[in-house]
Amino acid sequence: MLAVRNLTKLFGTFAACNGIDLDIQPGEIHALLGENGAGKSTLVKMLFGVLAPTSGQISWRGEAVSIASPSAARKLGIGMVFQHFSLFEALTVAENIALSLDGTIPLARVAERAAELSRAYGLPLDPKAHVADLSVGERQRIEIVRALLQNPQLIILDEPTSVLTPQEADRLFETLFKLRAEGRSVLYISHRLEEVQRICDRATVLRHGKVTGACDPKKETAASLARMMVGADVPHVSAAGTNTKGDVLLEARHLDVPARTPFAVSLKDVSLKVHAGEVLAIAGVAGNGQGELFDALSGEYAVADPNAVLIRQRPVGQQGITARRLLGAGFVPEERHGHAAVTGMSLSDNLVLARNQSDRKAFLGGGVLGVIKYVAVRLASRRISEAMDVRKSGDDPTAGSLSGGNLQKYIVGRELDRQPAVLIVNQPTWGVDAGAASRIRQALVDLAKSGSAVLVISQDLDEIFEVATEVAVISEGRLSDIYPAIALSREKIGLLMGGLQGQPEALTEAAHAH
Amino acid sequence: MRIELEKRPQASVLYAVLSPFIALVLTVIAGGIMFWLLGKDPVSALYSFFVEPLLDVWSLHEIAIKAAPLILIGVGLSICYRSNNWNIGAEGQFIMGAIAGSIVPVVFHEWHSPLVLPLMLIFGMVGGALYAAIPAFLKANLNTNEILSSLMLVYVAQFFLDWIVRGPWRSPEGYNFPVTRNFTPEAILPEILDSGRTNLGFVFAIVAALLIWFMMRYTLKGFEITVLGQSERAGRFAGFSSRRMIWFSMLLSGALAGLAGISEVSGNINKLQPIISPGYGFTAIIVAFLGRLNPLGIIAAGLFLALTYVGGEAVQLTLTVSDKVTRVFQGLLLFFVLSCDTLILYKIRLVFPGRTAAVGQGAVQGAVQGGAE
Repeated sequence: MLAVRNLTKLFGTFAACNGIDLDIQPGEIHALLGENGAGKSTLVKMLFGVLAPTSGQISWRGEAVSIASPSAARKLGIGMVFQHFSLFEALTVAENIALSLDGTIPLARVAERAAELSRAYGLPLDPKAHVADLSVGERQRIEIVRALLQNPQLIILDEPTSVLTPQEADRLFETLFKLRAEGRSVLYISHRLEEVQRICDRATVLRHGKVTGACDPKKETAASLARMMVGADVPHVSAAGTNTKGDVLLEARHLDVPARTPFAVSLKDVSLKVHAGEVLAIAGVAGNGQGELFDALSGEYAVADPNAVLIRQRPVGQQGITARRLLGAGFVPEERHGHAAVTGMSLSDNLVLARNQSDRKAFLGGGVLGVIKYVAVRLASRRISEAMDVRKSGDDPTAGSLSGGNLQKYIVGRELDRQPAVLIVNQPTWGVDAGAASRIRQALVDLAKSGSAVLVISQDLDEIFEVATEVAVISEGRLSDIYPAIALSREKIGLLMGGLQGQPEALTEAAHAH
Repeated sequence: MRIELEKRPQASVLYAVLSPFIALVLTVIAGGIMFWLLGKDPVSALYSFFVEPLLDVWSLHEIAIKAAPLILIGVGLSICYRSNNWNIGAEGQFIMGAIAGSIVPVVFHEWHSPLVLPLMLIFGMVGGALYAAIPAFLKANLNTNEILSSLMLVYVAQFFLDWIVRGPWRSPEGYNFPVTRNFTPEAILPEILDSGRTNLGFVFAIVAALLIWFMMRYTLKGFEITVLGQSERAGRFAGFSSRRMIWFSMLLSGALAGLAGISEVSGNINKLQPIISPGYGFTAIIVAFLGRLNPLGIIAAGLFLALTYVGGEAVQLTLTVSDKVTRVFQGLLLFFVLSCDTLILYKIRLVFPGRTAAVGQGAVQGAVQGGAE
């Protein structure tokens, strides 16, 4: 159906895609596998007419074509569902769909057609609902229905499950199977091996802009797929052996935080305890209060009740982040650029950023003047880079010049270098390549083994099962009970993510229905 | 053909250095065209504007006198702008500093003591800082836009000065002119060189620039300013408070503008009158940007813009053109500096229609696009 030959895209001298060959048959679910930065997004943007290839050929049903724009791609019969949705929250589902069509079709007709499609493909959707009231999974369905309205022969899905609970993902897969049964093809972009093995017929693996493998994922093992993606064996991380419980080092007691902005989630009665030697992982779908929880625990936004947050048994609710650092806590926020690090500043400056008070003696001189001792800072920065194997150009490059994985290793290493008694990490390996992710996870587990309390907030269930000794789930700003990691299945976490906690009968019913 | 700006993957160090110089060249060219349109010989006009003032000891002193307030205010503003606080009201802080500093020589003019001058300088700084505290308070507590509030307060200050020299502070010996008493010798900033009028204000400017350069380059406070200017969120993560930074940067720049104001009045004018500044507070904004918000660059930029004042006066006399020529030059310069700064983050690309995305002739296509960049 679609054949790509020797497709190349250069950005300056950097080849984001380098001589890519790809064949998609009618009626297959084809996986495009690769780490972040492997060139997956660039490739599909060329297929959908968002980017123009530097060289190479795309043929559609045997004919060479030039896809100049997304609307040209839609005319050919290629539809795409992006990772980030483009929906107007204040409008209804039908209105959002109508916006993407030409204005001649009456709204009622659009609504009717959308309802038809959503029934036919198992994508339950109310055309009259306002987008603002819908969950992320439902919003994704709008995008899919919108793509289906064009009657595409090839649908491209970019990381569709990254925002879904396991149950929502299962439902999406059923839709994909229906599409396949009709002879349509699906190009499925992911870095989740387990999913790809489950639903995809064939897979093309990219690394550094080149195809490193084309295979039947069902015949491969997760390890062999990972090797194709990463180019080396990825060491397995396990939290086993970290179950020696010490004192409670981090605690939240009935933490209530009102929403700071209209788009924020309020935290409701969150209680948790992390003992020395534990890794508590907090699972949850994005946008359920993870960022707000991090802000409250780190003290970037202090809370009203001093006893709502305790670090090493001291009430710190009203204290800022500096006071909490001085008690031995370390923090790694989710966003690397402009939060954990200033992109335009050097790595050593970014070390001063996080440790200007906790390491005041080592890094500052001149008394009240506060003269930064750049020699000492550089030495410490080099030590961190070596300990975490940070790959960089030059001795002290700007943070923005590092790849996501290497910058994240530096940011995590910056805290580990202090041996913090408490470490709070939000999305430790978000957008990080597998090699760096494995290294970071191992470091978190090692820190807990050495007697620290580690709190990991993560959307990635694979990660949670690798590092956690205890697991809780956050949903709409509420935290579930804490369960030992070995006692939890993916299904149960999925149900908790959907917000069914505290209703045991609903839990069992849903499990049966499933 | 269409012109597009394409974001550079990394800020260009080359253009960061070159940008002010390109802007200077463009300003001179545009200025030449302006003189030509006015019917003057552009070469001789530019010569009298930019070169002649540098040939006399007398006019070099004038340049130093005019550079002093520009540098003092400019380094203060650089702290504001680096920390993302847009103080546009230095002109008002300059005036209020001058008024507050003049309390001693005007109200207590019978008091003769070596303490008069130090007190005046302190009052001047306090006056400028307090006046800057108004937009700082409004921004920190009510989230008011400091660009508007600080700018509007300039006019309040100008009218306040006008009123006070016509009303309560008008000199009894001034034949009804709207001026205060002349300052007594204790209240006048001493000259520093035998060859001309340059006074201690120029020393204040250089010392302030060096101190702030040291702060920005070596201390945690300077680091805090830079971090909060680039990313408030990262600053919060570092434990820095952007609210406190609003206060710090506004009070500091207000104090320096106030010091410039009292130095100008004490060292140069020797009394208060309705107009005490040819727009130093606004020109200092150009100085700050032309100097790359770097105190050392600001010293050079301050001297250059002082030259435009002196040169403007020179062409006014020799060529009989309007005194607005100086303002036009300053405006052109700021315009070109800010425009050229675009090149630091972006590169210009010419896009030709009909040559986009023709797959298949890839190699040729690549070459064409490569050539166009």
